[in-house]
Amino acid sequence: MKATGRLRSQLPALVVFVAVIVLWELVVAGLNLQQFILPRPSAIAAAFVANWDRLQLTAGNTLYEALGGLAIGATAGVLTAFAVARWQRVREAVLPIAVGASAIPIIAAAPIMSNWFGILNPFAKMAIVILLVFFPMLVNVARGLSQVDESAVELMRASAASDGQVLRKLRIPNALPYFFTGLKISTTLSLIGAVVAEYFGGSNDVLGRVIVQSSSQLRFDITWAAITVTAISGIAMYLVALALERVVIPWHASQRSGET
Amino acid sequence: MTDARSALATRGSGAPVVVVKGVSKTFESSGGRTTALENIDIAVAPGEFVSLIGPSGCGKSTLLRLIGDLTAPSAGSITVNGKPARQARQDRDYGIVFQAPVLFDWRTVQANVALPLEVKGLARSEREDRVKATLDLVELSDFARHYPYQLSGGMQQRVSIARALALRPSILLMDEPFGALDEMTRERMNSEVQRIWEQTSTTVVFVTHSIPEAVFLSSKVVVMSPRPGRIVRVIDIDLPRPRTDDTRETARYFELITAVRETLRGRAGRETPGDVASAERTLAEGAVG
Amino acid sequence: MQPRSPFRAIVRGTLLALLFVAVLVAVWEGAKALGGDPWRFKDAAGNETVYRPPFAWPIVSDLSLPHVWKIWDALAAPVQRQQAQSLAGFLVGAAVYTGREAALGFLFGGLLGLALAAGFVHSKLAERAFMPYIVASQTIPILALAPLIAFAFGNGLVGIVIVASYLTFFPVTIAQLRGLTSPDPRAVELMRSCAASRWTIFWKLRMPASLPYLFAALKVAATASIVGAIVGEGNPGGSQFGLGRAILNFNEQYASGPEKLWAAILAAGLLGLTFFLAVRLMELFALRGRPQAAVG
Repeated sequence: MKATGRLRSQLPALVVFVAVIVLWELVVAGLNLQQFILPRPSAIAAAFVANWDRLQLTAGNTLYEALGGLAIGATAGVLTAFAVARWQRVREAVLPIAVGASAIPIIAAAPIMSNWFGILNPFAKMAIVILLVFFPMLVNVARGLSQVDESAVELMRASAASDGQVLRKLRIPNALPYFFTGLKISTTLSLIGAVVAEYFGGSNDVLGRVIVQSSSQLRFDITWAAITVTAISGIAMYLVALALERVVIPWHASQRSGET
Repeated sequence: MTDARSALATRGSGAPVVVVKGVSKTFESSGGRTTALENIDIAVAPGEFVSLIGPSGCGKSTLLRLIGDLTAPSAGSITVNGKPARQARQDRDYGIVFQAPVLFDWRTVQANVALPLEVKGLARSEREDRVKATLDLVELSDFARHYPYQLSGGMQQRVSIARALALRPSILLMDEPFGALDEMTRERMNSEVQRIWEQTSTTVVFVTHSIPEAVFLSSKVVVMSPRPGRIVRVIDIDLPRPRTDDTRETARYFELITAVRETLRGRAGRETPGDVASAERTLAEGAVG
Repeated sequence: MQPRSPFRAIVRGTLLALLFVAVLVAVWEGAKALGGDPWRFKDAAGNETVYRPPFAWPIVSDLSLPHVWKIWDALAAPVQRQQAQSLAGFLVGAAVYTGREAALGFLFGGLLGLALAAGFVHSKLAERAFMPYIVASQTIPILALAPLIAFAFGNGLVGIVIVASYLTFFPVTIAQLRGLTSPDPRAVELMRSCAASRWTIFWKLRMPASLPYLFAALKVAATASIVGAIVGEGNPGGSQFGLGRAILNFNEQYASGPEKLWAAILAAGLLGLTFFLAVRLMELFALRGRPQAAVG
């Protein structure tokens, strides 16, 4: 009963999807369009299969950069958030800087990182990811730790709770939804950051390089296959974050009403 | 839990549990200085149920929070159980209930009730026993494993009352706990609080906007003036206990309500035995706001 | 604790930024003083004083982390030998070029996002049909596609504007939709009860309610457009003018002059900040009188 209801609400989206794919195939084939920029879906699928090994290898390397950077950057962001949330003065000074820093196109520093850590070193790309991920995690977790219901804090004080108890029993659980908001943003950022950083040079066995090389060789079917792999990896990371969220904060309003 | 009968016997006698002496509270803000409370003197005897009532801004909530050491007085002293208010708070002598239930979303009902017990550091088995006892007291044992969002407003408020009673405090502070509930639930909750008060021997200081609620629940009603808040009059409520729904229909009940209302209106001292119709009319005009 | 007026906020923000820069420079040069290459100073008479730092850390060598004053000097120097224009002048030109592309994309993407959100608010069917794609569109790493798109559209303005628009429209659509649907349903009913048309409800209730959400997204989108523009310029054969191209070129010349690359990155950072501040100013104006939201 419930399944068909949900299927029905997804129906308009499915219709659009099928229509676009069909249209794409027909238009490109029928009008003999710029096959070299936008190949037919069937050609992309073929390239996908033909280059599977290389795509798998490069995807693995890029994911390593992305996940490594995500882990380090997120941890650093969360730890800094704890330090920042403790003292209000520090928070007022640091948060505007963090927000401003996220306005800087960090990706522009990719060449510098390559120069510092060596162009073939995956850490050069990880460093970019760390910088990209650090600020959203910091801002979100700091907000979660400090934006707590005043009455809840008073309640804890009325039970003579120590600051440590207030932190453990109130602020941290309160901050968990904010943590996941930051995490979801960060998963996407980390993958894109790694791939784009790779555009600026580096090892050949990464997705970014596949994209650049195949496009300069005008093999756009491979390019699109690589991009598809990137997209799928990104979705997979996001879904993992969603699943983690469902497990850790099942009590939160967002988990009940089905929003993400 | 002390024996209810002996508690009733000692009720109202013995050294006062809460002594507020010469207390004033001023707030500084960019607009200037606001005097919330001026020269307040109150004593609450053990086991009493005292209501604070007054128009908005009269400082009744501030007074409650002063007693609970959630804020400090600008002048005067507050003694609770013979100690300064700060010490009483650190000794966990009181439980508090706010107008909003303030339950933690991430904890089940029983985990929420257990919160003060965890903070105090009680052992798990002791915590479980006490949580069970208090949930039985508020009649929510069946919902122990539910989450707050699954409960109605009234039920959530009962959980917060259970939490306030978890440490078996000698004093219970309640700040308009039923303000957000509808009239019928409110009356039911009043009967509940009555019953709980009878069974434990807690001293209660209760802030409210509602005259009928104050009269129904209390042994004494403290009427306060608009800002700066001062005590206008303390009215003894001599309605017999236990108070039931029938009590709400007695003549004396309405007389007392009128007495409180008249005091609030500034015509202290006149007790008019109004007829039911006029009492209802004036009731509709306002739980004073 | 909050500054009372926007003016004080601006002053405070500026002082904070200056303090941050000062700290950054201190750490930068401090690290070089501890582990960099020897510092050499020549005075007027030609005598050289040399300071040798106690440690040797390659990461703060003169090649990796040039002295701050060297970068400053490079800004005044010609961008290329035998060219009249200074590096600073060149970078400003490049920043304007990139900024213009980003701004156009930002504008189009923003308008598209607003239109989509307005459409979705009034048609549940449209929302259900297209929203999953809008969400899915963000999993397509458009940034990864940027050079490709720029190439496909002839390496001119159009490709970059498309990339920047794409990066902008998503956060704007999502945030604006949330903002438009944020008013209390009772407020909507209130307006219906005085026979307000859907159009009136939209302009008088939903739009004003959506502004805080909109500006939060615009701040994110501002940076995203610039990043998109920079990356888009990076494809081989791309335009010679923008900051993206400058960064890539100076990267190739790194061994002969690391200061230029750093200067270009600095320019990119300043461009990003300028956009951000411009949006923030618009926000302060649009949301004047409302309680200021927490930073960010």
